[in-house]
Amino acid sequence: MNWTAIWVTFKLASLTAGVLLVVGLPIAYWLTFSKWRWKFIVESVVALPLVLPPTVLGFYILVAIGPHSPVGRFYSDVVGHPLPFTFEGLLLASILYSLPFAVQPFAAAFEQVDRRLIEASWTLGVSKVATFFKLIVPLSMAGLVTGAVLSFAHTLGEFGVVLMVGGNIEGETRTVSIDIYDEVQALNYAGAAKTALLLLAVSYGVLLLVYAMNRKVWAVWPQK
Amino acid sequence: MAAEMTIDMTKTFSGRAPIQARLRYEVEASTVLILFGPSGSGKTTILRSVAGLEWPEEGRIKFLSRTWLDTKSGIRVSPQDRQIGYMPQDYALFPTYSVAGNIGYGLGALASHDKSKRVAEVVELFQLQGLEAAKPRELSGGQQQRVALARAVAPRPQLLLLDEPLSALDAPTRVQLRGELRILLKQLALPSIIVTHDWAEALTLGDVMAVMGEGQIHQVGKPHEVFSRPADADVARIVGVETVVQGQVVENANGLATVAVNGTRLKGLSSEAIGAAVYVCIRAEDVVLEQAGSGMTSARNHLMGRVSDMAPQGVMVQVTIDCGFPLTATITRGAVEDLCLVPGASIIAAIKAGAVHLVPRSVG
Repeated sequence: MNWTAIWVTFKLASLTAGVLLVVGLPIAYWLTFSKWRWKFIVESVVALPLVLPPTVLGFYILVAIGPHSPVGRFYSDVVGHPLPFTFEGLLLASILYSLPFAVQPFAAAFEQVDRRLIEASWTLGVSKVATFFKLIVPLSMAGLVTGAVLSFAHTLGEFGVVLMVGGNIEGETRTVSIDIYDEVQALNYAGAAKTALLLLAVSYGVLLLVYAMNRKVWAVWPQK
Repeated sequence: MAAEMTIDMTKTFSGRAPIQARLRYEVEASTVLILFGPSGSGKTTILRSVAGLEWPEEGRIKFLSRTWLDTKSGIRVSPQDRQIGYMPQDYALFPTYSVAGNIGYGLGALASHDKSKRVAEVVELFQLQGLEAAKPRELSGGQQQRVALARAVAPRPQLLLLDEPLSALDAPTRVQLRGELRILLKQLALPSIIVTHDWAEALTLGDVMAVMGEGQIHQVGKPHEVFSRPADADVARIVGVETVVQGQVVENANGLATVAVNGTRLKGLSSEAIGAAVYVCIRAEDVVLEQAGSGMTSARNHLMGRVSDMAPQGVMVQVTIDCGFPLTATITRGAVEDLCLVPGASIIAAIKAGAVHLVPRSVG
């Protein structure tokens, strides 16, 4: 088995889930509580990676961070090398690709929190930010874990975006799914099978965790 | 400048009559304002605007020297900065926190030692000892109500806002807690605003009462005065109790109490002790008029009196009888003719004891 590819994949998935936990929370909070009438525009943008072919998403990201875009030029001026075909570029693409898998469970969990509880907290002199951490986060814990785990699992299996933005650089952007593809191309079915089984087992285990946890919360804490 | 509360606001929800409330009253240490009206009359919206949870399109809300809202000069004080205690209708206790956690929730500014001291103090005041570690879902309705009130009071607010504080409780608990709440509010010496549609609560708890209907405030005054002297037919219809007079319990035999009202004795159902000061409340449609000299009926009260006023209201006539106190009866036009009623005529008013409602009042 290609342990380097496995390590790159897990590093990528963990960092993606971690960043999405930080970036996704304010987006989900805004999507849930904003009364802005054009909110659905942002909602649709967040959900776009669900329906867009990964190659299309990857193509646009590649163009957006490439040397011909202002963002790409700024990055290479500051860091010294361009963003495409690096781990950092791949991380950025993964974050965008998995955004709905984090934001949607977060927002669904926030939606479940009774507004009257939030209002009661405000009248007790607790700021909006403190209310978020003292009240909303504990009440949405199941949704937060679900979002983090799903974005982790989703990143594990990404292929098209990796190929477009990351390429296939050993130890840098070569992930498990690319490795499996290469093995099959080289007619090394035994090697591909082992890696594929590992990916299947991990993905299934992660989903077991999500469903079991939602189940437990639901049973211990019945909705009135 | 006198200590005052000023509310002058307009708030529109689509598909409903706009809420246009204008209200000003004097606030003393423990003044209780009752916002009274049927559901949908806008009373909760006013309470929520005072709390800062609803933003009127236009208006001014001023409490004592502080302006909380002034749309003209763009003042919008957040609920966090109003120093209020707010209790929503179904309490909104935090399910992930214990009783002590709920009560201490708003005390974040205190050092942990002072915080636990204040929590213990409030727990004792609300008789919640032994329940500190319990989660809200393990509590009875009455206990939840006390925790919600304790949580609102713990940060020492300047104004207490209670939305239908007793309506979620079953009837016996409600009557018991109504009395307790009155004592507590006086003890806290804290001005409050209470939203209710229950006239017994309004009479028991209120110092000032504003009657609301369809988004408008129709009348403001002392509760028993509003009940007995409604400003117009709308108010009379909203409050629904035409006779409210002060009395004193002089006898009580197994829940059948005898009250003296200005020399006249009436029987009503109440567990109030002898000597208790009460409001005697009678709905006009519960009063039956009969000619003098007719036989015994099952009604426990037969009051001799004279017709002092007659006011037609559609097919009905509202008759006021002076029987030691003014008593209002609503009867049909036909009945007026059959009884040959004219102002000054003698008549007997019969009322069943169950229709004579006794509500405790504070003396003075």
